Amino acid sequence: MNRFAALLNSLAYEPARNAKLRLIREYFRSTADPERGWALAALTGALSFPHAKPGLIRRLIGERTDPVLFALSYDYVGDLSETVALMWPAQQSPLPSGERPASRCGSEPGEGEQTSSRSPSPDLADARSTSPHRGEVKELTLTSVVETLATLGKAQLPQQLARWLDLLDENGRWALIKLVTGGLRVGVSARLAKTAVADIGSREVQEIELIWPALAPPYVELFAWLEARAEKPVSGPAPFRPPMLAHALDEPDLATLDPGDFLAEWKWDGIRVQAVAAAPLPPAPHLGERRVGIARLYSRTGEDISKAFPDLIDALHLPGAVDGELLIRRDGVVQSFNVLQQRLNRKTVTPKLLTQFPAHLRAYDLLADGDEDLRGLPFAERRTRLEDFVVRLNDDRIDLSPLVDFAGWEELGAARKNPEAAGAGRDAAAIEGVMLKRRTAPYLPGRPKGPWWKWKREPFIVDAVLMYAQRGHGKRSSYYSDYTFGLWTRGNGGDELVPVGKAYFGFTDEELLQIDRFVRRNTIERFGPVREVVHEPDQGLVMEVAFEGLQRSTRHKSGLAMRFPRINRLRWDKPPGEADRLERLESMIARAEHGAVS
Amino acid sequence: MIILFNAMRPEDVLALTPAGLCCKRGSFHIDPTRAVGRALITHAHSDHARPGHGAVLATQETLDLMRLRYGDDFAGTAQAIRYGENVRLDGAMVSFHPAGHILGSAQIAVEVDGLRVVASGDYKNIPDPTCTPFERIRCDVFITEATFALPVFRHGDPSGEIARLLRSVALFPERAHLVGAYSLGKAQRLIALLRGAGYDRPIYLHGAIESITRYYESRGIALGELRLVRGADKAALAGTITICPPSTLNDLWARRFPDPVNAFASGWMRVRARARQQGVVLPLVISDHADWDGLTATIAATGAGEVWVTHGQEDALVHWCRTRGLKARPLDIVGYGDEDEQGEQSIREAEE
Repeated sequence: MNRFAALLNSLAYEPARNAKLRLIREYFRSTADPERGWALAALTGALSFPHAKPGLIRRLIGERTDPVLFALSYDYVGDLSETVALMWPAQQSPLPSGERPASRCGSEPGEGEQTSSRSPSPDLADARSTSPHRGEVKELTLTSVVETLATLGKAQLPQQLARWLDLLDENGRWALIKLVTGGLRVGVSARLAKTAVADIGSREVQEIELIWPALAPPYVELFAWLEARAEKPVSGPAPFRPPMLAHALDEPDLATLDPGDFLAEWKWDGIRVQAVAAAPLPPAPHLGERRVGIARLYSRTGEDISKAFPDLIDALHLPGAVDGELLIRRDGVVQSFNVLQQRLNRKTVTPKLLTQFPAHLRAYDLLADGDEDLRGLPFAERRTRLEDFVVRLNDDRIDLSPLVDFAGWEELGAARKNPEAAGAGRDAAAIEGVMLKRRTAPYLPGRPKGPWWKWKREPFIVDAVLMYAQRGHGKRSSYYSDYTFGLWTRGNGGDELVPVGKAYFGFTDEELLQIDRFVRRNTIERFGPVREVVHEPDQGLVMEVAFEGLQRSTRHKSGLAMRFPRINRLRWDKPPGEADRLERLESMIARAEHGAVS
Repeated sequence: MIILFNAMRPEDVLALTPAGLCCKRGSFHIDPTRAVGRALITHAHSDHARPGHGAVLATQETLDLMRLRYGDDFAGTAQAIRYGENVRLDGAMVSFHPAGHILGSAQIAVEVDGLRVVASGDYKNIPDPTCTPFERIRCDVFITEATFALPVFRHGDPSGEIARLLRSVALFPERAHLVGAYSLGKAQRLIALLRGAGYDRPIYLHGAIESITRYYESRGIALGELRLVRGADKAALAGTITICPPSTLNDLWARRFPDPVNAFASGWMRVRARARQQGVVLPLVISDHADWDGLTATIAATGAGEVWVTHGQEDALVHWCRTRGLKARPLDIVGYGDEDEQGEQSIREAEE
């Protein structure tokens, strides 16, 4: 438990992705089975302990500390696990010699609340424990915690947790509470944890994703394979296949490309998904083709999102793997991303949600047909197989993404500018450009350059005024590189700027230095790490901001949120008074909501 | 001799005025927050020691440090007092006793008609190689700070924290370690702790820390080989330890180091959010203030029946005192507890 706690502690402090990867890798390399497998399960969110609720933790600490002191401490620390970990009264027991300063200069330790030596471990090299219960703590492993909790009744839980909290040091207590109450929140995604696992066997994370659904904690067979001690685990039914991604097209690239080599499709503004269905095991031919063992819907990163889309899962009744776009389709018309947003990130899927926001899969590739892997076939052939598959599937909720006819790049460019007139009709609201796919290209995982291109529609552009700047992280940590910008609107005392978004990329290194200098010289107020920068009609910095779309948002004062905002250009020449007005964004979103874009 | 205890109230010994704690019978203030005629200063941190008083009574080290920071005209007159020495000031008897906070820091005992009040300034009750250890003084009323007065604050053994720093330095020989530490007291204590742990390579200093550190050395505190960062080659700073004011960790100044690891030595580092807000990757819990156990143990040991609680988490400590049957109240003195917030800010601006 202590080593796992040390890992979590280091991860919590480390902001950089690569350093986090290194920490997790080192942990996996230096930790034995099954301990490391349970750690992987914890990091990927595969563990849950339904009876361990924050309320239980509160009750335990309430029985042991003064409620006023706890309330004041919790208020100060702001995190339940941490407050409890720090306040938990250590058990009275003699300390190993040398653990405590020889004298406390004429005073005795406080009554009742005995000092415990702190053992934070920001670096993994730090495996020491200065806990008074050194020996016992070593025996308390993550494995024993997980195994005990798996068999423990609800009634025994409080006592068991308290016993463990007594045994552990502060860091261990913090990690244990985080672990059992769910949600480690140490800035590690499941994908990152899997990447670290892949690294120890010098494998690509895609390979792990492919077999992941067939694996279960504590992943002993996975580690055995990565350490070349065993065969690769066989992927289970309906595995995720690493997706093929496109490069953004620069228009000059077109001159080097032959239109005859490519097929074109609309680029849909939805969620890229992979819909996979497996034949039942064992096969039951007497039930016919419609009988399916298992169906899953995966996000682009391999996350299983089946539970959020039961309506689509029902539709996956032919064994195979479809690559496509998740959209909302009402009355035969594909809805804009703004509408799709309202179906996403919901905790529970209510019948009302299913009726109001019916999920739809627009298919554009077929990776497997039954047991047959099609990824080695040229795209044109896969396309024919896909068309046949969709016909056989024969379900309203899944249809084919149509090809866009074109003779040359100019014609395709015109279709990109006006999809509605080029065959997309009322679906145009959900189109954000065109895709070019080389007829002869096999399906290659990752982002190979050449076979697939995305040619997005022109971004939206506004001229906004820099209002606040904040220092960045990692290698930008001393530069003001996060910018909040605003647009003019009518306020109580005349025109005023209202913040509309935040951007932290799009500029060159040289421009970053210029803005950094501007921020430092034109600060009018500081709020912790944030500086307010001068923003008057005749004084300040205008930034040309590019973005992909707009959504309504209650989190922003302006009521709007931009998608993928970035700094397109610095307008040192433009006085802030001539920057754009909020009304311009409002009319853009009104048009988007009525289905007519651009 | 008959002493009329009942006639004397603690407020007659020391009372709170707009300028801070005042002893009318002795015609002086303790750590006043504005200029007064006669000031007794517990220690040289800028929130306690301000320039411009008519006369100042303090330990020699405190006077020297004030002179170093504010110049020769930091006060009208200055008088040094030794630990344990009794001085009569009009109707009051005062004495200074080690507070263990920083070099020269003192608790001030004020006695009038047999009633003794101790104003402890800032203190810690664990050993510090750079200053005289805290001394427990019996008294009737104890005035205590409350910087870390929550039971979540337990500082532990600083040698363990130093060991973690040294392990990190060994783990990342290609990176520079920047350790944020308050310029007066913490910085020098850190260096001494590193030397005590056997670290004998040169330690680098931010310019803002130099003069105070040299003063510590002149008082016989051995700190080993020290070098200024200014002018050092970037590559040469790999694998080294630099002590700097906390606010410089994320500033332009830090760009001269190869891939720096940010550490911060402070009692605040016990709380993760505090460390993360400041971009600290290696938090070191090393404090010059007493922790919760230190505060509560000290209060109990003074034998005081009444406790006045100044700057910090007053509510928690007042509550604790009352649950122990002690009379207690918060003392709202505006202006204590920000030495480093304010002090460092001006340093940073100067650097820019």
